[in-house]
Amino acid sequence: MKDTVISVHNLVKKFGSFVANDSLNFEVYSGEIFGFLGANGAGKTTAIRILSGLSKPTSGEVNVAGYDAYRQPEQIKMNIGYMCQKFSLYEDLTVKENIILYGGIYGMSKSLIKERLAELLAKLRFQEYENRMISDLPLGLRQKLAFSVAVLHDPKIVFLDEPTGGVDPITRRQFWEMIYETAERGITVFVTTHYMDEAEYCDRISIMNEGKIVALDTPGNLKKQYNAESVEEVFIKIARPVKN
Amino acid sequence: MRTILFLIRKEFLQIFRNKFISKAIFGVPIIQMLILVPAITFEIKDVRLAIIDKDMTPESRGLISKLEGSTFFRVSYSTFSESDANDMLHRNKCNIILNIPSGFGKDITTGNQGKLSAVVNAINSSTAQLSWAYLNGVIGDYNMDQIRKNISYSQITVMPQIQITNRYWYNETLNYKYYMLPGILVILVTAIGFLLAGLNMVREKEVGTIEQINVTPVRKFHFIIAKMVPFLIIGLIDLALGLVIGKLAFNIPFEGSIMLMFFAASIFLVAVLGLALFVSTFSATQQQYMFVAFFCMIIFILMSGIFTPYDSMPMWAQDFNLINPVAYLMRINRMVMLKGSTISDISRELYSLTVLAICFSMFAIRRYRKIA
Repeated sequence: MKDTVISVHNLVKKFGSFVANDSLNFEVYSGEIFGFLGANGAGKTTAIRILSGLSKPTSGEVNVAGYDAYRQPEQIKMNIGYMCQKFSLYEDLTVKENIILYGGIYGMSKSLIKERLAELLAKLRFQEYENRMISDLPLGLRQKLAFSVAVLHDPKIVFLDEPTGGVDPITRRQFWEMIYETAERGITVFVTTHYMDEAEYCDRISIMNEGKIVALDTPGNLKKQYNAESVEEVFIKIARPVKN
Repeated sequence: MRTILFLIRKEFLQIFRNKFISKAIFGVPIIQMLILVPAITFEIKDVRLAIIDKDMTPESRGLISKLEGSTFFRVSYSTFSESDANDMLHRNKCNIILNIPSGFGKDITTGNQGKLSAVVNAINSSTAQLSWAYLNGVIGDYNMDQIRKNISYSQITVMPQIQITNRYWYNETLNYKYYMLPGILVILVTAIGFLLAGLNMVREKEVGTIEQINVTPVRKFHFIIAKMVPFLIIGLIDLALGLVIGKLAFNIPFEGSIMLMFFAASIFLVAVLGLALFVSTFSATQQQYMFVAFFCMIIFILMSGIFTPYDSMPMWAQDFNLINPVAYLMRINRMVMLKGSTISDISRELYSLTVLAICFSMFAIRRYRKIA
C-alpha cells in the first residue's frame, strides 16, 4: 500500500456563482510525479492554490501532507514547496539573496543555507550568476531557480504550476531532469502543464475539464482506455468529446 | 525572531537598491525643510496701503509718514479718487484703503473728533483682522502724539494711563519659523511612514512576489513587523536630518530632550506604518493606494493643528483628532522643542499614540491575509 500524501474528497471551490472546482476527488501518493492537466481555465490553478494553503475550499475534505486545509494551512505550508505560474521571486535581489531569504523563512540554519546554496549553484552551473540580479537572468534560468527555491527546504510535496510555460525545449528537458531528481529524493511532485509530451513523463495524470476531473490514471492506461497513440490524443478526445 | 531579521535584511536590500527611493529618502527632507520652513509664514509685513488723502494737511501727512515708518505697512498707491482706490483693491494691488477726508487736520487741531475710514480686503479673514489691528495700533499711537502736542505737559501727567509690558513665552521673538519647523518635521515623518511602506506592500501584490511569501509558513506579524522596521528607521534618520537642517539653516532652539522627541516619533511611526499597511491590504494597485493614502494624509495633516490653532477647532474636530496620530506628534514636537516639555508633560499624548500604534498594527496584521 502506497502512502497517500494528498487526499481530496468532493472538493468544491466557488467564486460567487462560478464553480471553479466541481467535486474533485483524487489521491496523490508519496514520491510520485502527478500530472495535473487541463485546458486553460479548467480550474487547475484554483485547485493547486487550495492544496498549497493559499486559498480556502468552499466545501469538501482536503488533506495535504497529513494536515487539514481548513484548520492547518500553515502546517501545510511548512511541508510543501510551491512554484507559482507567474514568476514570483524578488527580481531586485540576487540569486544568492533570494536563496538566503527563503532559507531563512523556512527556518534553515545558516550553515545549511550555505551548503544548499553551493550545491544548487554547482548543480545548475549557476556559479557565475550567484551575485547577479534576478531581473538579469533569462527566463529558463529563472524558472530553474524558482524550482530550486521551492524545494530548498526539502518539502514533502512540491507544487509546480505550469513551470515550463514559455521555456525553450532544451531548458524544458533539463527542467524535467530536475523534476526526476527531486522525485528520487522522495519529494512528491504535483505538476500542471499544457505540454502533452511532458504528461508522458508523469507517473499518473489527471485531466480536468470545466472544473471537473474527467480522467485519472497512468498515461499508459489512459492511452489504452481511450485507444490513443499519445496523451495528447487522449486529451483532445476528452476535452473536446466527439458528438454522436 | 530570526525570520524577521531575514525579512528586514531583504527590505533594506530592496530599498537601497532602488536608485530613486534611496536618493529621495535623503533628498526629500532637505528640500522640504529648506523650502517649507521659510515659505510658510503667517507673519504680516508689508501690508500695502492705498491712501486717499483729501485733506493734504501737515496732520494727514504726519499720519501717512507714521504708517510708512512702521514695518507693517507700505504705501503702494496714493490718489484722490475713491473709485481709483477701489479699483486697486479689486486688482489686488493693495490690501487696505485708508481714506483721510478733508477737514481731518482741521478737526484734530481744533479739538473736534477726526474721522478716518478704512476698507480692508478680507478674503483671508485672519490676515484682514491682523492688519486692521496693526493699522489701529499705528493710528492710536498717532492719536497719542496729537494729544501730547495739543495739551500742555502738566495736564498729561495726571492723565490716567495703563502701561502694559508683555513677554512672549516659548518664542520670545515671535519667530514664525520656530513655530512651523517642528510641524514641518511631523509632515516629513508622516509622509515617509505613510507612503513608502504602504506602496512597498502593494507593489509586492502587484508584481506577485507576495504569493511566494504567502505560501511559506512565515507568520503574519513577522512579515508586517519586517515591513515596518526599515521605514521606522528611515523615518527617524529623516527626522534627525531635518533637525540638523533646522539647526544649521534656521538656528532653531531645542529646549527639551532630543531622546524624548525620538521616542515619541518612534511610537508615532509605528502607528502611521500600521495604518498605512492596513490601508494597503485594501488596495490592489499602487494607484489605488496612493489615492487613499493622500486622502488620509491631507485630512490628518490639516486637522492636526499645524496651521490653525488646535483649540479653536470645533468640538467634533477635536474629537476626531483623538484618532489622528499626526495631531499628537504635532503637539509633542512643539512642546518639546519650544517649551522643553518633559515626559510627564506629554504623557497623555504618548499614551494615546501608544494605543493608536497598537490598534493600527493589530488591524494591519489581522487584515493581511495569507489565505484568500
